[in-house]
This record gives sequence, structure tokens and C-alpha cells, in this order.
Amino acid sequence: MTSSHVSHHTSHAAWQPVIGLEIHAQLSTASKLFSGAPTAYGAEPNTQAALLDVAMPGTLPVPNCAAIDKAILFGLAIDATIAPRSVFARKNYFYPDLPKGYQISQYELPVVSRGRLTVRLDDGRTLTVAIERAHLEEDAGKSVHDAFHAETGIDLNRAGVPLLEIVSAPALHSPAEAVAYMRAVHTLVRWLGICDGNLQEGSFRCDANVSVRPAGSTTLGTRTEIKNVNSFRFVEKAIEYEIERQIRTLENGGTIVQETRLYDPTRHQTRAMRGKESADDYRYFPDPDLPPLILDGNRVATLRAALPELPEACRRRYIEVLGLGEQEAGQLCLDRATTEYFEALLAELPEEARLCANWVLGELAAALNEAGLDIADSRVAAAELATLLRHMREGAITLRSAKDVFAAMWAGEGSAEAIIEARGLRQISDTGALAAAVDAVLAEFPGQAADYRRGNEKLLQFFVGQVMKRTRGQANPQQLNALLREQLAGG
Amino acid sequence: MPSPSLAELAQQLASGQIRAADLADRALARARERAALNAFITLTPERARAAAATADAARAAGRAGTLTGIPFAHKDIFCTKGIRTTCASRMLADFVPPYDAAVAERLDAAGAVLIGKANLDEFAMGSSNENSAFGAVRNPWDPERVPGGSSGGSAAAVAAGIVPFATGSDTGGSIRQPAAFCGLTGLKPTYGRVSRHGMIAYASSLDCGGVLARRAEDCAQVLAAIAGHDNRDATSAPRPVDDYRAALDRPLAGLRIGVAREYFGAGVEDGVGAAVREALGELEKRGARLIDIGLPNARHAIPAYYVIAPAEASSNLARYDGVRYGHRCAHPASLEDLYSRSRAEGFGAEVKRRILVGTYGLSAGYYDAYYLRAQRIRRLIANDFAEAFRAVDLIAGPTAPTVAFRVGEKSADPLAMYAADVNTVAVNLAGLPAISLPAGFSAGLPVGLQLIAPAFAEGMLLAVAHRFQQHTDWHLREPGDSA
Repeated sequence: MTSSHVSHHTSHAAWQPVIGLEIHAQLSTASKLFSGAPTAYGAEPNTQAALLDVAMPGTLPVPNCAAIDKAILFGLAIDATIAPRSVFARKNYFYPDLPKGYQISQYELPVVSRGRLTVRLDDGRTLTVAIERAHLEEDAGKSVHDAFHAETGIDLNRAGVPLLEIVSAPALHSPAEAVAYMRAVHTLVRWLGICDGNLQEGSFRCDANVSVRPAGSTTLGTRTEIKNVNSFRFVEKAIEYEIERQIRTLENGGTIVQETRLYDPTRHQTRAMRGKESADDYRYFPDPDLPPLILDGNRVATLRAALPELPEACRRRYIEVLGLGEQEAGQLCLDRATTEYFEALLAELPEEARLCANWVLGELAAALNEAGLDIADSRVAAAELATLLRHMREGAITLRSAKDVFAAMWAGEGSAEAIIEARGLRQISDTGALAAAVDAVLAEFPGQAADYRRGNEKLLQFFVGQVMKRTRGQANPQQLNALLREQLAGG
Repeated sequence: MPSPSLAELAQQLASGQIRAADLADRALARARERAALNAFITLTPERARAAAATADAARAAGRAGTLTGIPFAHKDIFCTKGIRTTCASRMLADFVPPYDAAVAERLDAAGAVLIGKANLDEFAMGSSNENSAFGAVRNPWDPERVPGGSSGGSAAAVAAGIVPFATGSDTGGSIRQPAAFCGLTGLKPTYGRVSRHGMIAYASSLDCGGVLARRAEDCAQVLAAIAGHDNRDATSAPRPVDDYRAALDRPLAGLRIGVAREYFGAGVEDGVGAAVREALGELEKRGARLIDIGLPNARHAIPAYYVIAPAEASSNLARYDGVRYGHRCAHPASLEDLYSRSRAEGFGAEVKRRILVGTYGLSAGYYDAYYLRAQRIRRLIANDFAEAFRAVDLIAGPTAPTVAFRVGEKSADPLAMYAADVNTVAVNLAGLPAISLPAGFSAGLPVGLQLIAPAFAEGMLLAVAHRFQQHTDWHLREPGDSA
């Protein structure tokens, strides 16, 4: 799905969509942003709520350094300004899953501001998206409507879980751009190891602000906010629908109401949330329980030093230095675990980048996919795969055999060497043994040999096949070809 | 014979002259005798006896500290595990905390014996202790008068001889003003010196735990027990605690005391002004130098305080929503109904007034004019103090402009009530330590002298107060049992 889809409809060229995303990435820390309670997903309701998370009178928040470090790491990765002094603020509103009656967030002075991220679009273009800010905040709890008859339950396990809210500038102009940006952020946060990126469990969520304006206009139209869409595809669909709806409304002489809308994935529509009686006034003010967050240069410098090579830089290096194709390089840089596996493999076979890439993205990816495993949990370690590939490269086994040996290694039958030996797959590279087999075949098929010598060179494959049959596929193909040509020419 | 000091009590315990169990029984009996003061919301006789037995056993085993076996009261704003903690609010009338406040932990660890939870103005909002869902507290010096607030129950309990010390909290004068009204020594430490963990919040940037006792040296002893860094409070100061007792004997010679002319302005009763000046004369006689100073922004302290404190309170008290604990209205018809009725029924008038004022001051369109401006004034006030402390070591003035007023006298006029805090709130806005000590009497009622010090100079405050108390006996005067 791309923006061209939208332009099926007449007059769309007259409108420019303007999209900004607010991404909530749950920072992968062991404990919550301000309490010691664990953050693991899926525990029994209210078993992961400390006194603070229940808003017990007298309890106080204490910032989690690990969460702050992860926010800084993100800021460094998007080349942003890391505030030497940032401020936690209270966002006040009443809701049953918000125990304190306020959410601790950052408002006027976020820890990360003015960053940018390069995004690669499906059509090959790249786009640099301005990220206005990324701030730390705590998650709310969850209302449970189906556990009790006619009553609502409150689960506070999620209350206080650390989130990084990443706010892009309203600088995306199509659903495709928006989703490409969202994917790039998703890749980056997992790459940095600051978020597990699990959309189903809500560790990576997205709200989209959408407006349209007449093409050429520089003022922004009235926007709507689409809340909590939990897949890349739905984000694209929801934005697409919303752009359509807004253009249709405006072209029919209507006006856009600034409101929050929910996406209905079964109908591929957005609809207004039940109207609020009054405009929200969150009465933000600096949280008096938390002194300003002061970051000294050393802490930032230490994190900068720990910053891994970023996906875009890595991708470029694979293309420019290793000579990989755009496609392969892109796939290898989708997540850090894949890159790490590839790098480990490459370290063993430094001259064989393309071979390594082919195997990681080919046999290995297929096996992982079939087993439903992440590459980090691969049944064949990079060093083991390297041994196998080395045997193939050195001519000890054929490509065909290598694939079989890999399957056996995957099935747990042992090391590459053990399997090669056990299955007798070692290629016949001994010239004497091969020559004997070639002689025998030529003697068996004198008519075909004569045909070949009269110019029917296609018959070479016939002889290769016959020799392979005799050697149960273990003949080294390069050597065999050379030997056959020599024998047939000389005969 | 005057009531014994904490050191004397410790000595009596050490010599075997009395047991902690006797002290606890005596305190409990005295509390019942003086029940009409309404100083306590909850008495804890069983726990007190158990704690006293533990203290006696510890002493017998040679493990006694300076507070082991000494009875005391907690202001009912400090969470006590298993003992209901009400904040004098209907909202928390049945709230039993599952944990102890840091101050409660530390006094427990020191072996002090809790005999009950003292009355206060609801959520510490008030200057007369009339705003309690559990009824007004009476001043032991005159039962027709207020004990001051918000730590009025703590002050009355010590003044009436029920306990030798009590904890308090001070957000705008809530330790010092009741100490002044009841003839006690009350210490408000530097913001961050005593952990707020478990002290139910009123206005987080101003709230400060402290102590009321008869003597400065008693306050020193209790402060030594409750002060110190606590990593459960991000605003707690990571700085070592001074040896307050050792500092008590510092001489007064050369001490420069700034006499802030603004603290003697209109509204200060003649009798109060006279008593305070006389007390300052005594300090001068003992070697201190009095220096006239100005705190030009002092007059802005009340308006700034009554914007900032309610703003923080409006947010701090949002958690009392009837959902998880505390008062819940009967048969809520909807979520909105649950919130509005639970809060309407659970909170008293003054708390509601401050929530409304605070909400207003933080609202879009008013934030800059109120909250931000008040914060700017707060900085100016802090700068005034910093400037003054370049020339003087301490700043002095009357703790309150009047002696204890009559019950009901100001309760219909919130602004008149707020004016009672005129000399105390600036100290909280600047986060400084201050002490109120008995300085004499006016019309038969105690007058308090307030001394203010630079941040973390509690040792100096206590030393000066101690010196003063070695030459005066105002702090040893006790009310009769007429109340």
C-alpha cells in the first residue's frame, strides 16, 4: 500500500496530507519508572504493583536510572539534543486506571529534543524525519471490563511502566511515509535494546495526528488524532481512511472537528470517540516530588561511547564496503540480532560476505521461520555455520550436500564435520579416483562420446550426471567438468 | 518540679528508677485524663505496652539508645503500619497503612514508644486545628483557645504533659505556630533533612517533618533520630547528619542575629512584639549582636504560599477518588458520581477550598498569572534570605503575630486565618530550617520567638535556642489542668 493508492480518487492532488506520529515505546527495564515493581508482561492482575503504583498515601516516586539511560541512548541515536536539565511534570486527570490522579510525564523540558531519523521508503527514496521530542513518562493501569459481572476491574501491573514518547514533527505526507517512519523507529529501538518492540503486548504503540491542507498551503489544517493502533498495517489503513474522510468532508463543504478517533480494524474505518464535554485541561506543572533531572556530561559521554553502529550506517557499510545489494543489506539491518549473527559469521569468513549474506537470509532464515525462532535462539550458531561453509568453499562438499548437512545440523545431528563423515559426503577431489570413474563412464557410453566429439556439447551434462551417479554425488563438480572435457577432447 | 527532659528520662530509665512500661502507662492515663483537649485521634495502648516491654527488654540487654522507652505521639499524618492513619479526614477515617513512614521506622528503631496518633487540621491544612473531621483541639493554656495548627494535637499533647515529645509536619508553619501557641519548642528542619516517605502529602515542595518538645535539647535528640538521607524520597538530602547534641554547647558570643523589621509590622500584637524584643535583649546580653535587617519580599509570602501550596495539594489529593482505599460513597450511579460524591463527602470545607483554589491556579489561562508568578516570588523570597545571611547568622522575629486566638474567632474568615501564617510561610518557601521557642507571655498566653537559619544549620538553631533556655524558664512553664 502506498500513497498512490489514495490518489485513485479524483482531486486528491489538490490536497496534501500532513501526519505526525506519537510513538510510545515501552523501555525494557526490569522495574518501573518510579517504583521497584517488576514490569514483566502477563502476570496475574495487581501482582506487580508496588505501594507507589497503587498511589498509597505518603509514597513517593524515585526515578529509575536505567530508564533514563535508555531515553538518552535513543536521543543520541537520533542525533538529538540531550537536555542537561529536564523536568518531570504532572499531567492531572481523573481516571480509574490512573491511581494518583496524575501521570508523571515530561512537558516543557523533555530529556530529548530536536532529533532526526533517516527513513528508507519502499520506492527507494529516503526521507529525513524531524523528531521534535522524546520524553519519559509512566504508563497507566488497565481497566478490565469482562472479569466481573457489571463491574469494572482495575489492573495496575502496567501502571508506572516506563514509556518513551517519541513525537515526530508533522512532516509525513502519506500513509506510506508514516508507516516507513514507524518501522524505522521500531527497528531503531530494538536495535538499541531499549524496547522489545512487541506490538501485540503493547510495548510499541502509535497515535497518529492527521490533517489535510490544500496543496501549496503552508498552514496546517485541523487535525484529528487516531489513538492506539497496534500494527503497522492498521496504522497505514487508519491514516489512509482518515485522509480520505477529511478530504471528502472538506470537499463536501464540511469542516474537520479536532477530536480523538479510534480505528476499527474490522471495518477499516476511524470513528470519533465518545465526545468529551469539555476541552482537556491537564494542569501540567513540575512534579514537586522529583527534582529536575540533571545529566552531567560524563553520563552522556559514557552512553555515547556505548552506542552501537546504527542501522543506517551499518546498511551503508554493507553496500559500500562489503558490496552487498540494497535488498540484502536492508534485510540484514532490520534487527540487531540478525546483524550480530551475520557479523559473527563474517568474522569467520571475512572474504565471503555475499556467501554469508545468502546463507543468513536463505537457509537460516527459512529454518528459523519454520521453527518460529528468533535468530538469537538459532539452533545453529554462527561459528558452526561458518565451519560448514568453509568445508563447502574448500571443495570438501558440494552446495547440495551443504544444504543437507545444514538441515542435519539444525535437527541436532551434530557438528558439520561429524555429519559429513557419517554420511560420506566428502567430495571426491582425488584426480585418480575421479579419472577412473570418468574412464568407466566413457567406456560404458562410447556412442554418446562419439556424438560429443562430433560437436554435440550438450552431452557433457549427461556424462556429469553419469559420473555423479557412480560417485553418489560426491564428485567435485569443477574438477569433474575439467576432467571430462579433457578426456573427451583427447579421446 | 518541671517535666523532665528526654535526657533526664533516659537517665531515670537507665538507673532503673522507672521502666518504659510505667512511662507508657502514665502517658496513656494522662491522655485519658486530658481527653477533653481532643489531642488524639487514636490511642494505641496495646502496642504502646508491647513496645514499652520491648524497650525495657532492650535496656536490660544493654541495647538502649537515647530514646529507648520514651513515650511519644505521631501527628496522624505519618503512616504507621497496622495503625489507622486518618490525616484528620473523613476520607481516611478507616485507612490502615500497610507500611511505616520513614520517620516512624526511625523512631521505632530508636526504641521510642508510640502511644497514639495526634489530631491535626485535615491534611495539615489549617492554622488552628479546627479543621479536623475528628473535632477541634483545645489549647491546654486556655481551653477556649486554639492550640494552633496544623500540628495542634501534637502541641497540645506535649503542653499538657501527656508525652515529652511529638512529631509534627510543617508546610507553612504547622510545627512552629502551634509550638508558639502552646509554649513549646518546635523545630522545622531544612527541606530534605527528614524523609517525607510515608508522610501523607499536602504540598510536596514545602512539607517537612519535624518535632515539638519542651526543650531545644529534646528537639536535638529527636532530630538526630529522624534526620538523614532516604533513597525512597528523591527530595531527601544526601548529606551527613550533624551531631546536634554535641553542637548544643556552642557559645553565643559573636553571633549575629538579624532582626527582620517586616516581622514586627502591623498585625503583630503589642504583647507579642514586646515579649519577643525582650527575648532578643536576653540573647544580646549573652553575647549575640542584634542587627536590623530587611526582607523586602516578605509581604508577598502569604499570597505566593496560598497559590503554590493549594496547587500542589489539588494534585496530591486527586488520589482520594474512592477507587482503591478511603471513603467511597454509597451506591455510585456512575464513575462521575463515584468521584464527586466520594470526594464531596470525604473532604472537609477547607480542603475543598484549597483543592478548588489550587485547581484554578494551575488551569490553562491562569497558570502563568498564578502558579508561575508565585514561583517567581518564591525565588525572590529565597534570595532575600540568602542576601540577609551574608550579614547575619540567624534571623529572628515573632513566630506568630498573635497569641493563641479563640476557638471560632477566625474560622469564618479564611483570609484572617491565613494571615496567622505571615511570619512562618516564607521559611517553607525558601526551604530553610527554623525553630520556635517560648519567649514569654502576653495576657497569660505563651509567645513564640522564631529563629531562622541557613539551610542545614539546624545545629546552630538548636544551640542558640538551648543557650537561651539555659538562661530563661519560659519553656518550663506549664499550664494548669483547667482544660
